[in-house]
Amino acid sequence: MKRVLLALVACVLWGATGKAAEPPIKIGAIFAVTGPASFLGAPEAKTAQMLTDQLNAGGGLLGCPVQLILKDSSGSPEKAVSFAKQLIEEERVLAIIGPSTSGETLLIKPICEEAGMLLLSCAAAESIVNPVARFVFKTPQKDSQAAIWIFKTMRDKGITRIGVLSDNSGFGKAGKEQLETLAPEHAIEIVANEIYDKDATDLTDILTKVKGQNVQAIVNWSIVPAQSIVAKNMRQLGFNVPLFQSHGFGNIRYVQQAGRAAEGILFPAGRLLVVHELPDDHPQKNVLMAYKKDYESRYGEEVSTFGGHAYDAMMLVAEAVRRAQSTDRDKVRDALENLTGCVGTAGIFNFSATDHNGLGLDAFEMITVQDGQFRLYRP
Amino acid sequence: MVHLLQYVFSGVTVGSIYAIVAIGFNLVYRTTGILNFAQGEFVMLGGMVAVSLATVLPLPAAVAAAVVLVAAMGWLLEVALFRRLRRHTLLHMIIITIGLSIIIQEAARHLWDEKVRSLPYFTGDECSSVRLFGAAMSPQVLWVLGITIVIVLLLMAFLHLTLPGRAMRACAANPAAAALAGIHLPNMRALAFALSAGIGALAGCVISPISMTHYEMGGSLAIKGFAAAVLGGLGQPMAAIAGGLVVGLAESFSVSVLPAAFKDATAFAILLVVLFIRPRGFFGRPFAEEGRNA
Repeated sequence: MKRVLLALVACVLWGATGKAAEPPIKIGAIFAVTGPASFLGAPEAKTAQMLTDQLNAGGGLLGCPVQLILKDSSGSPEKAVSFAKQLIEEERVLAIIGPSTSGETLLIKPICEEAGMLLLSCAAAESIVNPVARFVFKTPQKDSQAAIWIFKTMRDKGITRIGVLSDNSGFGKAGKEQLETLAPEHAIEIVANEIYDKDATDLTDILTKVKGQNVQAIVNWSIVPAQSIVAKNMRQLGFNVPLFQSHGFGNIRYVQQAGRAAEGILFPAGRLLVVHELPDDHPQKNVLMAYKKDYESRYGEEVSTFGGHAYDAMMLVAEAVRRAQSTDRDKVRDALENLTGCVGTAGIFNFSATDHNGLGLDAFEMITVQDGQFRLYRP
Repeated sequence: MVHLLQYVFSGVTVGSIYAIVAIGFNLVYRTTGILNFAQGEFVMLGGMVAVSLATVLPLPAAVAAAVVLVAAMGWLLEVALFRRLRRHTLLHMIIITIGLSIIIQEAARHLWDEKVRSLPYFTGDECSSVRLFGAAMSPQVLWVLGITIVIVLLLMAFLHLTLPGRAMRACAANPAAAALAGIHLPNMRALAFALSAGIGALAGCVISPISMTHYEMGGSLAIKGFAAAVLGGLGQPMAAIAGGLVVGLAESFSVSVLPAAFKDATAFAILLVVLFIRPRGFFGRPFAEEGRNA
């Protein structure tokens, strides 16, 4: 009991001395820091924390300190919903960034819209911003854009018969739908289409089946660790057709997991992974270099595109507050919707009343793996 | 024909992993009457510890040390936890072990992190491939099969030829009589936990290059391993091999005729059918349940 009292006193004292003159601007964050989607949420949470510290070190926003209220949904939509309600009703934050996954975002989209709470999702699905909700934005490129990039590259390589593998996570399902919808207009025929469990440990049986269908390429749309297992199993089976992965492959660790088997994998992703290859006058170069350097020196691990989505979300909120010169949520929302030419890690954001993603097809590059490194793909 | 063989190899690989997990289930169940759903966590811990140790030790030493450490942990769990919970019913114990598996998982997440890691291939690398009668596979598959066979043989020799092994079987057959004959039951139970943890850890090491190791891998392995154990006959360590292979082969052959999404459904459908026709599994003894309440 004594110890509890002491701790309480310490808290009060610390609170009293640490209190700034201005009330803080509260920004809520819901990320899947743990659980199956932690490969998204963990770098996102670290990035959001880092940007908050950087903002505060630079004097805060409009002279007010920024307070990040981070909630770990562990990828569960139910938790995301209750955290969203908590952030809206109790914490009364200015904006919520996240959640990490599309499933969570789609559940809290109507809640935020109804409460007039600004939401900047870090998830990929098209349906987050289509149809447009007044208060809901998203920072990653869309699934459909990734599928279009994959099909374009296939056409250039003269590939028309493909096999599609996807896992049974929300990400896998959404990707499979986009591939199926967009294949006909790119004159690509999906001759094998298989779904596997996201925890699958061995995919040789499925690959054996697909190999029997004489496909010219494989597209795998899944989360870890299957992305590396597919690559390894294909080599072990002597199945030598090009392997395309989704933009979910954008973390160098998956390349390390697959080792030599990762060579030649093709996938669309933002430019963060190949920043060293960009010309110095590329508009994104400075932003990307700064983020990569700060993140890697602070956390001792390589950046992934996923953390970049949180970077963009925080940066956009900060920029909108500066433009609005206000912390009134409606004014910030209007400022955000009118932001154009705003350079982020995923691309250059040009928002409008009809486009709450703001990224074009040019936000992606086709990337390949060469000598264990990500490289720009040059046909 | 070559495809057929490829499915067989794929099924046997996955099946032998399930079999190793199932052997652990059975060892513990037979000696202690506990269905230990934390068995999958031993597999995960084995892989995790070995990956960490492999950065400072040569691979064989890292694997050996991981097996010993995890076995010690299994022993410690029995002494510190299960020994004090002997009065609870089978159902309570299942809930307790499920809780335990969650605790171990969370602990592993904090001790390591949420990232996926793996041991290097024991021979060759990610792209190496061995051809056997036209079917191609990773050399690691042969390691998994070889180690499964070695584990099974050693375990048989232990249970049938050595004194502690026979004492352990005596505890399973009739705990009261075993105690009267001077066998220290709690020690035997602790030994069963240590053995099953060690076997699980070894499995975690050999499959790490193939399936990779992360803190959440234990749960699904425990369920498949449990299915294999039930299919073979609960409490019969060796029957687990048949159970594991049937589950593994059923999964891989279902992929050849059905969409891959039905893989797990097929495995469990076969389990249900077998249990309808033969509730005690392939080799289970009808009294497996009564023998257990001392």
